Amino acid sequence: MHLETDVLIIGAGGAGMYAALEAAKAGASVIIADRSLIGRGGATVMAQMTVAAALGERAPDSWEYHLSDTLAAGRGLCNEDLARLVCEDGPHRIREMDAWKVGWARDGEHIAQVQAPGHDRPRCVYVDVLSTGPAVSKTLRTQLIHAPDIKRVGDLAIVDLVVEDGIVCGAVAHHMPTGTPVTIAAKSVIIATGGLTRLYRRNSASSNMGGDGYALALRAGAELIDMEFVQFFPIGHLAPRLVGMDPIMWDPFRYKLGGKLLNANMREFEDDYATKDKRSDGNYVLTRDLATYAITSEVAAGRGSPAGGAYLSFQHVPEDVLRKNFGPVIDKLAANGIDLTKQNIEVAPIAHYHMGGVRVDTQMRTGVDGLFACGEAIGGSNGANRLSGNAITEAFVFGALAGVEAAKYAKANTSVWSAKAAAPALDLLGSAVKDSSHNLAERVVALQALMADKVGPFRTDAKLAEAIVEIDAMIAELGTRPVSSAAAFDTVLLDWLDLRNMLLVAKSVAVPARARTESRGAHQRDDYPGLDAAWTINQTLSLQGEGFKLDRLVPNAKRVAA
Amino acid sequence: MKTKLEIKRGAPGETPHVQTYDVKFEAGQSVLDGLRMIRRDTDETLAFRFACINANACKECMMVIDGDIDYACTTRLKEGVMKLSPLPKKALVRDLVTEIAPPDERLKITP
Ligand SMILES: Cc1cc2nc3c(=O)[nH]c(=O)nc-3n(C[C@H](O)[C@H](O)[C@H](O)COP(=O)(O)OP(=O)(O)OC[C@H]3O[C@@H](n4cnc5c(N)ncnc54)[C@H](O)[C@@H]3O)c2cc1C
Repeated sequence: MHLETDVLIIGAGGAGMYAALEAAKAGASVIIADRSLIGRGGATVMAQMTVAAALGERAPDSWEYHLSDTLAAGRGLCNEDLARLVCEDGPHRIREMDAWKVGWARDGEHIAQVQAPGHDRPRCVYVDVLSTGPAVSKTLRTQLIHAPDIKRVGDLAIVDLVVEDGIVCGAVAHHMPTGTPVTIAAKSVIIATGGLTRLYRRNSASSNMGGDGYALALRAGAELIDMEFVQFFPIGHLAPRLVGMDPIMWDPFRYKLGGKLLNANMREFEDDYATKDKRSDGNYVLTRDLATYAITSEVAAGRGSPAGGAYLSFQHVPEDVLRKNFGPVIDKLAANGIDLTKQNIEVAPIAHYHMGGVRVDTQMRTGVDGLFACGEAIGGSNGANRLSGNAITEAFVFGALAGVEAAKYAKANTSVWSAKAAAPALDLLGSAVKDSSHNLAERVVALQALMADKVGPFRTDAKLAEAIVEIDAMIAELGTRPVSSAAAFDTVLLDWLDLRNMLLVAKSVAVPARARTESRGAHQRDDYPGLDAAWTINQTLSLQGEGFKLDRLVPNAKRVAA
Repeated sequence: MKTKLEIKRGAPGETPHVQTYDVKFEAGQSVLDGLRMIRRDTDETLAFRFACINANACKECMMVIDGDIDYACTTRLKEGVMKLSPLPKKALVRDLVTEIAPPDERLKITP
């Protein structure tokens, strides 16, 4: 099957849906494709917490204060122009969503704004109760349904971009329900595929977050930036088994009620790791990266909880206080058999967000003509560490901007679609052999373990070198010929295609991580502890033949982070 | 703990068959956890729909579990036998996967 459009958007999360709306508003025809169902596949629908924007509803605020917090969190590596866009345009998008009836919680007449870690004042909006992501997703999808000329297509996995003479002219996709290959001719293409945290054993990812967009961009000739910076959320839920809830839900609990982190000896250990750098996390003793370090170190020293993390205790908080603050959540916990007044839960660092991504300019252009990117799929605005609440704002802001710019590009250029350029990807799909003896689902699990153990939050040259060798071996083992099992919903072929991308992306994290011989933000090296001013540098990466080309850039920074 | 998952499998046009998988689990684990373990350990060809894994946010893992329509991610595994089949009123894609998206969010391709 062949489709044609002005703008093709890959991924229907917050960024992709916002891009679709703006591209359509600018008069372009749009196809928005997702490998899952529209609005349900990625991180956006799963986010339960808060969204940061300097609305100034609770306390006087300005985007410049927000920017200075963002730059401080990024530890010298933010692309300031991109970060500024998020902070400056964020309030407009939050109010636009409000007008679309997303339902931001109210504090009397005002939109409620709460204090979140790393922000200097109450700046974060939310939808009750823990419904931010679902409400955002539903609101944007409703807008899409009512917009003209947007074709929404679920169950369509984009396999490769099509590049003719250095210009992106469309994509090749796999229609999951039937196994049919689909070609899509587009004058411009936007990558809005979200992050890569599925690469890790413990994560908050959906099954669609294996980093497809980074692989698509690399193979199309685009550059990635800051790929070594994967954010680990320190107190992700570990045990007992909890379903129906966001694994990062303990953050607001702890922020409001001061949960205690305990090791196996039931001793509070945070103070042992506290340093003077307290600014970035407001009320917390430790910032996200230091808390991750503290828990990982306790586990390594044999003082971990049974499931391999730390205990988090709210037993000092009276039941009525718990209820008053988190009533509906307490009920959900009860349904999971968890009573916080009587038991500790176990938490551990989980891969949660990716700072790095496709390198773009302030018009969301990649270096490849016709190719744009937005949302978590891009890198640059967060530097070495992201401030909480900025990710959804950035999905809106960058999504909208990518939509405008991709539409503009589509209007100014004619289609350079080339069936010949699409042939390699079609041949790849066509060459699949029926074979389900490899157990690729297990290989995905093996890769996740490898990444967690060797390319996790604490790295050494030896571990990273081993990881790169092992990833290369897995790439060789996977081969270049896909395997398949059935026509409809071919789980085996999907695993093969996923692994093809995940392995490439895993390597694109490990290689710059090995090169960066310092510790900064989310990248911590046991063999190079401490920040090295000489490394106030962004690393970029592109494909060159079979290998990677690693380059260095001086960060685009005009002001000195406070 | 152990359970047997009896899963109704097949694609449109095929005679459906029931395949039984033995699954070892820990208290609290979900039916979705069980299905993912089957794919990892014994049969990677088994098809079921899910995105968010266990946040109950994507709402994609709906199926018939022991006679009732439910989410695989919020239903716990229990010892003994559990019967799983695809949603009865939706077009079957394969195994436990059905067409659950509204028609205007799907490509119409006749295989
Ligand atoms: C559990 C959780 C909680 C979070 N909480 C917060 C929070 O409270 N506040 C905050 O600011 N941020 C939060 N974040 C981060 C934030 O949600 C994300 O960064 C943001 O939503 C990303 O939006 P996106 O549109 O870029 O990507 P996503 O929402 O992830 O969407 C990407 C889409 O692309 C699709 N896709 C991927 N590959 C392909 C392909 N090859 N073909 C077709 N489609 C494809 C996926 O199926 C998915 O639907 C959270 C993240 C998680 C995981």
